[in-house]
Amino acid sequence: MNIDFSAEELTFQQEVSAFLAAELPSDIRDKAANSIELTKDDFVTWQKILAQKGWAATNWPVEFGGTGWTPTQKYIFDNECAKVGAPEVMAFGLKMVAPVIYLYGNEEQKQRFLPDILASNVWWCQGYSEPNAGSDLASLKTTAIRDGDEYVVNGTKTWTTLGQHADWIFCLVRTGAADVKNQNAISFLLINMKTPGINLSPIYLLDGSPEVNEVHFDNVRVPAENLIGEEGKGWTYAKVLLTHERTNIAGVAKSKKRLQDLKEKAAHTSDGLSGTKTMLSDNSAWQQKVAELEIELLALEYTELKTLAEVSTGKAPGPESSILKIKGTEIQQAIDMLNVELAGYYALPFVRDQFLEGFAGVAIGPDQAAGSAPTYFNNRKATIYGGSNEIQTNIICKAVLGL
Amino acid sequence: MDFSYSEEQQMLQQSVSKFISQDYDWDSRQAISKSATGFSAEHWQLFAELGWLTIPFKEDDGGFGGSAVDLIVTMQEFGKGLLVEPFLANTILAGTVISEAGSSEQKATLLAPLMEGSLQLAFAYAEPQSRYELSNVQCSAVINGDEMVLNGHKSVVLNGAAAEKILVSVRTSGESCDREGISLIWVDASTAGVRRECYASVDGQRAADIWFDNVALPASNLLGNVGDAIDVIEMTIDKAALAVCAEAVGAMEMSLMKTVEYSKIRKQFKVTLSTFQALQHRMANMFIELAQAKSILLMAAMEMDSLSGRAPKAVSAAKSRIGKAARLVGEESIQIHGGIGVTDELDVGHYFKRLTSIQFLFGSTDHHTARFAAS
Repeated sequence: MNIDFSAEELTFQQEVSAFLAAELPSDIRDKAANSIELTKDDFVTWQKILAQKGWAATNWPVEFGGTGWTPTQKYIFDNECAKVGAPEVMAFGLKMVAPVIYLYGNEEQKQRFLPDILASNVWWCQGYSEPNAGSDLASLKTTAIRDGDEYVVNGTKTWTTLGQHADWIFCLVRTGAADVKNQNAISFLLINMKTPGINLSPIYLLDGSPEVNEVHFDNVRVPAENLIGEEGKGWTYAKVLLTHERTNIAGVAKSKKRLQDLKEKAAHTSDGLSGTKTMLSDNSAWQQKVAELEIELLALEYTELKTLAEVSTGKAPGPESSILKIKGTEIQQAIDMLNVELAGYYALPFVRDQFLEGFAGVAIGPDQAAGSAPTYFNNRKATIYGGSNEIQTNIICKAVLGL
Repeated sequence: MDFSYSEEQQMLQQSVSKFISQDYDWDSRQAISKSATGFSAEHWQLFAELGWLTIPFKEDDGGFGGSAVDLIVTMQEFGKGLLVEPFLANTILAGTVISEAGSSEQKATLLAPLMEGSLQLAFAYAEPQSRYELSNVQCSAVINGDEMVLNGHKSVVLNGAAAEKILVSVRTSGESCDREGISLIWVDASTAGVRRECYASVDGQRAADIWFDNVALPASNLLGNVGDAIDVIEMTIDKAALAVCAEAVGAMEMSLMKTVEYSKIRKQFKVTLSTFQALQHRMANMFIELAQAKSILLMAAMEMDSLSGRAPKAVSAAKSRIGKAARLVGEESIQIHGGIGVTDELDVGHYFKRLTSIQFLFGSTDHHTARFAAS
């Protein structure tokens, strides 16, 4: 064991850092620094720059255009990106559907879909949850009935993040007879969002953003060639995807950056007790809270590194990924709350426009104080999505402890 | 000791409760919150007619002569309905300042119309650098004979948008954080040099940041003795803190009830959520938090009424403990609801938002824990 980076790894770190300094567009960098909401174009622009460099698909095998990086290289890349506020890659295409396609898709599907995902020519979204199938995902009701060379899809998907931008959706659908055991009747189907019969309705979240959608399918005819793998195997494929999703949502690098930012802001925020001479960072109760969180994050960082190292030896991430999801999201939410505490009274103003591109009014409050409460509200979703933390706890009980 | 509400208090509770259940259903509340002014002028007039706007004021001043217990009875019911009408800003904040520091003439021009429902007021005390420290006042008023000039910036003034007249804490002498040298004045919002940026708050209410740029006022706009206002300010904020503690208790009660109800309907894995022991225990914990919150609220209200001098410490105990409960109950309500809990559509998320604001209004949980320890 050795905790230090090797000479090659240090060189790689410099290469990533130099690349980001040269290639991350300054408007995107500024938006990140000022908590301005990124547009679809911002994400696509950045992902295309990454693709140009060959760094878009850090988790793919080399043969499909992946980077072939070691876990340490991925770690270095994520951390360098977070440090400068580079947008995280939209997971739906590159990190979620792509592994399913290259693992379980046929040759034609790989040729057809992977290059456009790699180049960020196509925006993907996810069709898993339904109004009555959340934690109990396997009870999903959306049907895909085979009719000649097509499937006819009917049903409603929900919590579809940024579905309003999407060109394609990957869905779990029910292809088998109703009496077949839940999981064995589920299939994995790719659907073009422009197909007639698809309607999107936005769902507004607690921060006022239309971030997620309900997607309605009304007799949507989908070519049978868009089925991934075999009918009835969709649940198996989805589980693999979900374990990938869980490791992705730990968000360690981003939490490190946010905690660092929080500490810097606290060093410039008056604690009120002495005019403007003493800062919140001087307050021992504050220091204690921040330190406890920093220690928890440090432990998680090494849990993540260990998990990634195991994955790199060829193992799929196992039930241990549930730890990453639980602790990762708890830490994110603890940082959300500390940002609200830091803002004090300025957590109260709800000035959403202030965080949208092109705002020309008078900004209320210091730094991004006024965005802190909406972020805290919105991110309560983190312990709910991707398999709620209660479901993750059940996985640990069953799959790890054998309870 | 006696922990029961008097007959009068029971009638007050029933009267407010009846209004909330009959005239303040969720859709109406949302429509009012999203309207141009953010509150219903019609409801406000009704509150005046029912005498609610007179509750905390002395009978000599034309008030109901209500106690702190009367106040928490009212605020708990308002909390259940997530009332957005500016009762707190007018009746508790501005009203207490005028009632405690105002001359009889000032009470006639400011307090009487407040109680009639014909005048909207606000109290501007927080500043960008002050956090929760009430003596951290840099807004200045320079008095010169019969005139004075006001300068400075006040933060997040509740009801600051609708307020026609604004009560302001100002420094008339000394340094920031000196307890001496703070005074209270009132200023008409339309006076030259007053600038407001108005906004909604995250809990669906309204507030404003207010800048005073060489605002010329008659010295008669001072309330009480020059330089001697800190005690009145602290007492006012303590009363407001107690009021939002009561509001939080009402909001937590609804949030818990809605969560328990939902858990009995929502089915996953072919059974209702209520059948999972892991979730049952979490709802039981929410109930325990609520019980502790109710108890400490009563303690603080009774200490305030007892004039024992222990009220500031008791209010800090309540604000600290209830802040902790509000966070747990608010967050757990969302988590147990699942995805639907983070949508704007469902009421439970709005209880959570108000419970969050309350944790930071009039001093955060940490602030009051430290104040309790120091007193």
